[in-house]
Amino acid sequence: MSGSCSPSELLIAVIARLLEGCRHVAVGSQSPIPGSAALLARELSRAGPDGGEREPMRVSVLGSRRNNFFTSGGVELFDLAAQGRIDAFFLGGGQIDGEANINLTGTGDWPGTRVRWPGAFGSAFLYFLVPRVILFREEHTRRVLVPKVDIVTAPGTSAEGVHRPGGPYALLTGLALFSFDKSRRRFRLESVHAGHTVEEVLDNTGFEFDRAQRVPETPPPEAGRLALIRGKVRDEIAEIYPRFAAALVTADRASPS
Amino acid sequence: MTRICSLTELAAAVPDGAKVAIPPFYASPAMAATRELLRRGARDLHLVCVPQSDIQADLLIGAGAVRTVETSAVTLGELGPAPRFTAAVRSGAVRLVDATCPAIHAGLAAAQKGVPFMPIRGILGSDLLAHRPDWKVIENPFAAGDAIVAVAAIRPDVALFHAALADREGNVFVGRSRELLNMAQASATSCVTVEEIADGDLLADPARSGAVVPAIYVGRVAVAHRGAAPHALAGVYDADGAFLARYAAAARSEAGFAAFLDEWLRAP
Repeated sequence: MSGSCSPSELLIAVIARLLEGCRHVAVGSQSPIPGSAALLARELSRAGPDGGEREPMRVSVLGSRRNNFFTSGGVELFDLAAQGRIDAFFLGGGQIDGEANINLTGTGDWPGTRVRWPGAFGSAFLYFLVPRVILFREEHTRRVLVPKVDIVTAPGTSAEGVHRPGGPYALLTGLALFSFDKSRRRFRLESVHAGHTVEEVLDNTGFEFDRAQRVPETPPPEAGRLALIRGKVRDEIAEIYPRFAAALVTADRASPS
Repeated sequence: MTRICSLTELAAAVPDGAKVAIPPFYASPAMAATRELLRRGARDLHLVCVPQSDIQADLLIGAGAVRTVETSAVTLGELGPAPRFTAAVRSGAVRLVDATCPAIHAGLAAAQKGVPFMPIRGILGSDLLAHRPDWKVIENPFAAGDAIVAVAAIRPDVALFHAALADREGNVFVGRSRELLNMAQASATSCVTVEEIADGDLLADPARSGAVVPAIYVGRVAVAHRGAAPHALAGVYDADGAFLARYAAAARSEAGFAAFLDEWLRAP
């Protein structure tokens, strides 16, 4: 079993599990935790089930020189997604509702008269086309997880007949992990992070969701994974997020003295 | 023919009211030229952010140079929201044309190919659609019942960006940022600032020729040392994090922004 891990390290480990089996994971800008998770998942993918080497997962991080083969910036990211060459991507939102609609635009009337956020970015496109979209938002409050978003920047589900190979796969917050059932248009609480309770999740979630009678605790990262996060992953992510990397414990300092 | 000119002349070639395409922080925005635009008191610009912008759009908006901003997002990234953009949207001081990144690329691609629109996947069911009369839902003519969004061509008057190098003919080396080539091809002309102008023909160099915006798309080139700063120029200099942080803090209030702008415009 592992020793204690920080909240960021737990989230990185959870996302890395969600990425298992992906051939190509893309990460947008301002995403240090998803970026670290994708790099961890790539390290884990190097070992095949028989213990031998295999072709690792490809990870494309927007804004990175080293982990990014694009020669046309964002243009290429969107073209790849439209062709089905990206298996997983991350989206967030100022508001997320129980049907997985996301709002990156603002609150109040269009185009955000009460609060205005930066804007849609590529969400209204990538949410449709990338099979495993992981909704990630550390803040787990009724302010973020609302019954109904004020503005639908990108819908969680689409009518029959709409070309939509992609969509929401999971929602991860600082409190819990949910999966999404497309046919029922509902989230299901899969696990609650250590130190938190189902009651806390209920109190802080503005929408209804499914859950088992007993909801398990989110498993912490195994020791080997934690060492990777504090070593190789930390070094790699420092290229784009030096401040974030500095805040992660290093493997040296974390090892028992 | 491309005209090699001063930074002042380059800024004058972006007239008031022009539809100006600008790149995101990772594709070297022309920040020195932006300052020159503000020094000459540019007005009523229609910014086309390709596909998003940051301090560049925020400065132009805060200074009152922008009438319309067409964008997928304006943000200061890790430093938080773009305060002057946010304030101007809420007060209605700018007209906002809200988009999503690939729709801007698609609109430019249509202009590049000289066709009236480009079909694009996704978007159906987004509230963005209702606010974009220039986006229409059509039926795929090859498959009955397959709805798809058609995005009208976006034809900027000027593409404005910075790059490392140009030659005397006006060929511009953009390295891996080939989306700048798409942007230039879609626009009526381009105004480009560069770190230096080299002797010789960039297109004659096989190691570089594939990453060149040919002179036919380039109207003006001016030398601007560190012309993308405070943004980075890949492989040449890093972003000026201290400047960006100072801006983010100052621009939170109108007065703070005005003082920052005044200082920036006076700086040599």
